[in-house]
Amino acid sequence: MNLHEYQAKELMRRHGVPVPAGEPATSVEEAKAAIEKLFGEGHQRVVVKSQIHAGGRGKGTFKDGFQGGVHLADSVEDATAKAEAMFGNVLVTKQTGEEGKQVNRLLITSCQEIKSEFYCAVLLDRALGKPIIMASSEGGVDIEEVAEATPEKIIKETVDPDLGLQAYQGRKIAIALGLRGKLIGQCGRLMQGLYATWAGCDASMVEVNPLALIENEDGTEAVVALDAKMSIDTNAMFRHADIAEMRDLTEEDPLEIEAGKFDLNYIKLDGNIACLVNGAGLAMSTMDAIKHYGGDPANFLDVGGGATQEQVKAAFEIILSDPSVEAILINIFGGIMNCNTIAEGVVAAAKETDLKLPLVVRLEGNNVEAGRQTLAESGLALITASSLAEAAQKSVEAAK
Amino acid sequence: MSILVTPETKFLVQGITGGFGGRHAQLSLDYGSQLVAGVTPGKGGQTFSDTVPIYDSVAEAVAETGATASAIFVPPPFAADAILEGIDTGLELVVAITEGIPVRDMLSVKKVLDASDTKLIGPNCPGIVTPGEGDQSHGGCRIGIAPGYIHKKGNIGVVSRSGTLTYEAVWQLTSAGVGQSTCVGIGGDPVPGMTHLDVLKMFNDDPETEGIIMIGEIGGTAEEEAAAWAKDNCSKPIAGFIAGATAPPGRRMGHAGAIVSGGKGTAEAKKEAFRDAGIGIAETPSEMADTLLKMM
Repeated sequence: MNLHEYQAKELMRRHGVPVPAGEPATSVEEAKAAIEKLFGEGHQRVVVKSQIHAGGRGKGTFKDGFQGGVHLADSVEDATAKAEAMFGNVLVTKQTGEEGKQVNRLLITSCQEIKSEFYCAVLLDRALGKPIIMASSEGGVDIEEVAEATPEKIIKETVDPDLGLQAYQGRKIAIALGLRGKLIGQCGRLMQGLYATWAGCDASMVEVNPLALIENEDGTEAVVALDAKMSIDTNAMFRHADIAEMRDLTEEDPLEIEAGKFDLNYIKLDGNIACLVNGAGLAMSTMDAIKHYGGDPANFLDVGGGATQEQVKAAFEIILSDPSVEAILINIFGGIMNCNTIAEGVVAAAKETDLKLPLVVRLEGNNVEAGRQTLAESGLALITASSLAEAAQKSVEAAK
Repeated sequence: MSILVTPETKFLVQGITGGFGGRHAQLSLDYGSQLVAGVTPGKGGQTFSDTVPIYDSVAEAVAETGATASAIFVPPPFAADAILEGIDTGLELVVAITEGIPVRDMLSVKKVLDASDTKLIGPNCPGIVTPGEGDQSHGGCRIGIAPGYIHKKGNIGVVSRSGTLTYEAVWQLTSAGVGQSTCVGIGGDPVPGMTHLDVLKMFNDDPETEGIIMIGEIGGTAEEEAAAWAKDNCSKPIAGFIAGATAPPGRRMGHAGAIVSGGKGTAEAKKEAFRDAGIGIAETPSEMADTLLKMM
């Protein structure tokens, strides 16, 4: 589950990571109050930031032509006007796709003089089976490009998950980033806070880009998290009721939300051949096979190992609500699951939804003869196949 | 021979009184496997299916029955604890079927596991099958949730991160009249116990395994590591398949570990590693068995 920047910053702040002063807003009134508060506290400049689950906000463009999803402002009036221009407006960035994302929330923060920018993230190194801190003196830019072009600029520190990030490790990263004097200890503690956020929230990833060395209005320097990106391991949500409440359904695909209610794993894609498969590996391979034979899958859909007739019906309805679908491919290897149960579910769902689209079915496994008979006697115009490859080919032809 | 388990392996089921665990425990009994005990804390003294004694702890079950392996069907919040109990008791093999164990729990488990002699298969896996000699491979060792009847005793080793793709490969082999030594589903989680490489090494050392099917998917670099080792060290033919070439980056495709992140873990990189190691690549899963059989 992905979080908004303001939510990630709140979790970081709770774990001792310094973030700029500020508050989220869900209306112009709230935004104005937050802006007035910051100027009232003596800040000379504020940042108004769109909160959507996509990167590239600063360089994005709103659909009405307003440039930039992140704005600086030097007065209450200017900041409020910017907030008004952004609320409810649709922001298109390099990560949102053409359709863009509507801005329903803003984050208003103080703005300090930036002296330099770094990159920092906490994530799982799967090859090591341990968490690592990844940092770089190259901040505010695409870290994948840095890793590609100048791998020597990437700092990695492995963490013992039972000990957590030790103070000396934090200092080591700070020194490698080029910090000196009191900033070594301060940045080191920030690193420990970031790791504590990752571990304490069961995060999959915590990313700060940029992490910035700023000059405060009193002339002192400090390292702070200027931006924040975070995703949570959904498997651990049972112990984080507070984080579960942070889920923003408006950021998710409505069909994916609907599928989740039936314990179906559905991911919408751009093609026109819908798939209904049991097992994640087989579901991925079904998409791959469609592509291999020149077609385009409309979705990933894993109905799981013990799918019920009800789930099959729900899966059918979800698939059919995608208007770009022109053919359906059902691929089931029912090792233990009864193929006839699936067949009956398919027939019932097809009749109930008055299916007009071509339907290719490949069934294999337990009680498959009865399942095939159920399909054959259903009166539906089904296309059957005996292997996945054959089913994929037939679905590609049917969708033409 | 076989790897990890033989038809004689005695095992227990942790979480045998749950619906899912009970159902598959019964299927293992029906297959003729040596399921000798169940463990559910607080239900010691009861029996499962009239014949299998239930104990309060793994230690008691092992002391009474001599079980050396365990299948875990415990719900995700308690599954890491169940694995640790199995390791602490000194089981040779723990098979964690449970899907949805938090990564952070598995990081702690892995540390303990690495310092022990126990081997872990999974979590989020179909388990392991060493086929038996009876009708439809009856009498084999089935620990987990795989369909037993699709197997056939023979000389091909199968290792996979995906359940249904394992069944596809096994069924293709069996339909072609070719049997399997052992089939291992290592699971779809990002922090697994045994990896492709661990299993590959065991197949290479097993005198009765003559060929190997290795099934991988997007996410992580375990397939690449296995291929790099196989290139110089594996003396047996390997056919490989990788799922997820069309998966959009940054999305988890059903399995917690099936995700391309930061440009890492792509199907193309894995296929390239396979090619470089001389591993035969099946372009679609329908060709997994054929690809291997043509190499043998």
